[in-house]
Amino acid sequence: MIGFSVNGKRVDLEVDPSTPLLWVIREQLGLTGTKYGCGVAQCGACTVHINGEAVRSCVAPVSRAAGTSVTTIEGLSPDLSHPLQRAWLEEDVPQCGYCQSGQLMSAAVLLREKPAPSDEDIDEAMTGNICRCGTYPRIRKAIHRAAEMVAKGGAR
Amino acid sequence: MTQIENVSRRKFLQGAFGAGAFVLAVRHARFIPSILAQGAPLDWQSEADRAAFHPNLFVGIQPDGTVYIIAHRSEMGTVIRTSLPLVLADELDADWKRVKIDQGIGDKRYGDQNTDGSQSVRRFFTTMRECGATARLMLLQAAAARWNVPAAECSTELHVVVHKASGRRLAYGDLAADASHLPVPKKEDLQLKKPADWRYIGKGAKSVDLENLCTGKAVFGMDARMEGMVYASIEHPPVFGGKVKTVDDQETLKVAGVRQTVSIDPFKPPAAFQPLGGVAVIADNTWAAFQGRKKLKITWDNGPNETYDSAEYKKELRETSHKPGKVIRSVGDSDKTFPTENVVEADYYVPLLAHTPMEPLVALAEFKDGKVTAWAPTQNPQAVQAIVSSQLGIAKEDVVCHVTFLGGGFGRKSKPDYVAEAAVLSKKLGRPVKVVWKREDDVQFDYYNAVAAMYMKAAVDEKGKPTAWLQRSVFPPISSIFDVTQVYGDPPHLAQGWTDLPYDLPSIRIENGPAQAHVRIGWLRSVANIYHGFAVQCFTDELAHRAHRDPVEYQLDLIGPPRTLDFTGVTYPNYGADYKTYPWETGRLRGVIESVAEKSGWAKKKNGKGHGFGFAAHRSFLTYVATVVEVEISDDGTIRIPRVDTAVDAGIVVNPEALRAQFEGAAVFGTSIVRTGEITAKNGIIQQSNFNDYPVARIHEAPAHTNVYITESSAPPAGVGEPGVPPFVAAFCNAIFAATGKRVRDLPLSSNGNFD
Repeated sequence: MIGFSVNGKRVDLEVDPSTPLLWVIREQLGLTGTKYGCGVAQCGACTVHINGEAVRSCVAPVSRAAGTSVTTIEGLSPDLSHPLQRAWLEEDVPQCGYCQSGQLMSAAVLLREKPAPSDEDIDEAMTGNICRCGTYPRIRKAIHRAAEMVAKGGAR
Repeated sequence: MTQIENVSRRKFLQGAFGAGAFVLAVRHARFIPSILAQGAPLDWQSEADRAAFHPNLFVGIQPDGTVYIIAHRSEMGTVIRTSLPLVLADELDADWKRVKIDQGIGDKRYGDQNTDGSQSVRRFFTTMRECGATARLMLLQAAAARWNVPAAECSTELHVVVHKASGRRLAYGDLAADASHLPVPKKEDLQLKKPADWRYIGKGAKSVDLENLCTGKAVFGMDARMEGMVYASIEHPPVFGGKVKTVDDQETLKVAGVRQTVSIDPFKPPAAFQPLGGVAVIADNTWAAFQGRKKLKITWDNGPNETYDSAEYKKELRETSHKPGKVIRSVGDSDKTFPTENVVEADYYVPLLAHTPMEPLVALAEFKDGKVTAWAPTQNPQAVQAIVSSQLGIAKEDVVCHVTFLGGGFGRKSKPDYVAEAAVLSKKLGRPVKVVWKREDDVQFDYYNAVAAMYMKAAVDEKGKPTAWLQRSVFPPISSIFDVTQVYGDPPHLAQGWTDLPYDLPSIRIENGPAQAHVRIGWLRSVANIYHGFAVQCFTDELAHRAHRDPVEYQLDLIGPPRTLDFTGVTYPNYGADYKTYPWETGRLRGVIESVAEKSGWAKKKNGKGHGFGFAAHRSFLTYVATVVEVEISDDGTIRIPRVDTAVDAGIVVNPEALRAQFEGAAVFGTSIVRTGEITAKNGIIQQSNFNDYPVARIHEAPAHTNVYITESSAPPAGVGEPGVPPFVAAFCNAIFAATGKRVRDLPLSSNGNFD
């Protein structure tokens, strides 16, 4: 039995501890916002937070989550109120959208650590997240915009 | 690992935490009057079908005023689920805030649904307008009857019919029941709005799916679930056309969660959209299926393609490109001996390219009582119906294909082999099956964009202008997947930036040589325009530099004065569009060239060491595009693209912001092609497998800023999704030359240049 919290809810699961967290989240917990893209930590579509750190859940065994607090895209905000989600809407970031959960989860850690990120900071933090549709210029703009929202207050 | 499922009365499940975006219920067909209806309805009803007032297949209005509009094309990021319904809503004078979009299933009564070829808007612009206008006219007639006034005295405002003389108003919802009893008007009686009266067309709207895409709620194929489903992962024959000789699954069956293995028959040539065959591992969850595959011991009969070596093949293509080929188009005295003085020659090469949409291929299907229900991220649900029906021996009408969101498509998801796999397995197992391809499967078993060799030759005068031009391309054709004897380029793909060379020169000869396919060849975003545009636009740049002339001025000189290209006696399919409606007008190409030159400040650009600007222009999918790319290359070879400027004439543009997004994305897609896009094969086996060895552009490699300039136009709408790629690829390579003096003739840079 492995126990951890997911988006604030406690879960205890009978599961092979070597199973990647990604598949537990998606198929056992039914939280399908976290995506499978490569299975080898190359694309970032599976990014979630474990105790606030961005983790590629496709290569993280579920045992790593034991006793931790896991946040998925469904838990980023209950109501699209996260400044990044608001900025993503304002900049029309998504095209197909498949990678965007991972993009948002990576960006959330960046923004927490660097409230006013430079373009170089964004490159460094987001380089592990592939977007095949090519929404990168909008991702960049949206991160800057979210940073401004936070700086001006009124956003978390 | 045990599968925990939330079993509800709904057949299609979301997980315990998820929110449902789709509802599948048992629906009963009824007669639906339609200006488009052909063929029997399937056992399924859309929200529009079920509305109180449903004058045609695409729209329904409920008494509460809710307007349902069908999106019959697939959403893979082009915002088509918004843009086409927006056209209907415009003619209906509907309040967009009260419109709900319902995704259509695969159904030939909708007309073409292959969301491919950048043709959704142009093919259905008029249809959507007519569907909206039909509903509007009937609502207006219903109001007139209620008020007992002539319909001519009534008009519509946002979601209401108005009788100005008496000041009376009736909301659309209040008229839905009355309107449903009226006869559907004839097409000739419809009055379409004047462009000046358009509410939404040209202004656009945000994607209706934006919020679901930013919260993880959007349901992609990967997220579809059915009660009682099992998961399958398939070990395909490593060489195209190979077969299973022996299987030992003893170790596989010991993996926790694995239920069994199932063999899938090899395809009968031609491959088309049939499953490739192989061995499927059936499991309680995806991970167990993946793990089980690792333990399979299979011996293969690889068949004749095991001698395929892409390095050798490249040499063969090049040799063929140096021999006379089939003449596709000839202008002037091109059949005479080519001049021998002042001749410039160059060879260009583009390798096989994979699609790698972010969502690997996946499909869910249930065979039950002789019928199939599928949920799939497909660009072409009618092709799903066709292949599933032929594989299972059932009628097409007995295949209900629901279209989920697509995590990217780029042409790969127009080929439904993966959906056929799910249906075949479900029939064998008697329960719903979800087939999940690993990324490695996606890379190794693609329908690749054709590898191509282009030979270019020009004889030039004292000003460097060609007096004779020869271009010859050689590539295995897409038609080879439908007919194994096909080795020459098929006319629709030769027409992509090759047959239609727009230059005004005294002698032009356009040829194509034969090439045998050894893998599945398919269309990928921009298709043959990628390699044709690359060769023509880079060779033109070479000639300009050789003549010490400005590349923009030089190209305008070659294009000559504005005219309509004359293809009399030439096979020119023009992207399936009527040539009178969509003629090839060089004036429009000149227009975007002049626009991008002005907007980018081309005349003031200075190329220097490690810093340069490249230019290219290309018409594809009926849209005219010119692009300027800026590159910076550091001493260690690192390439940056600070800025891209691109000017677009796509005729009437429904959703300008969506167009900008597509051209931004096209620049990134093109960046991947130029930098690292290459699939190779040894002993018939594809050597790449994932993003580590088939890299695509990441944020720091992508263009930092892409400026898109849209030409105001009243010409009919043209393509938007694909036309940005070809001129970007060529302009990027031309910029590298401007910055380094090094010509890029073989793609990608990672294999052929000193760049990383």
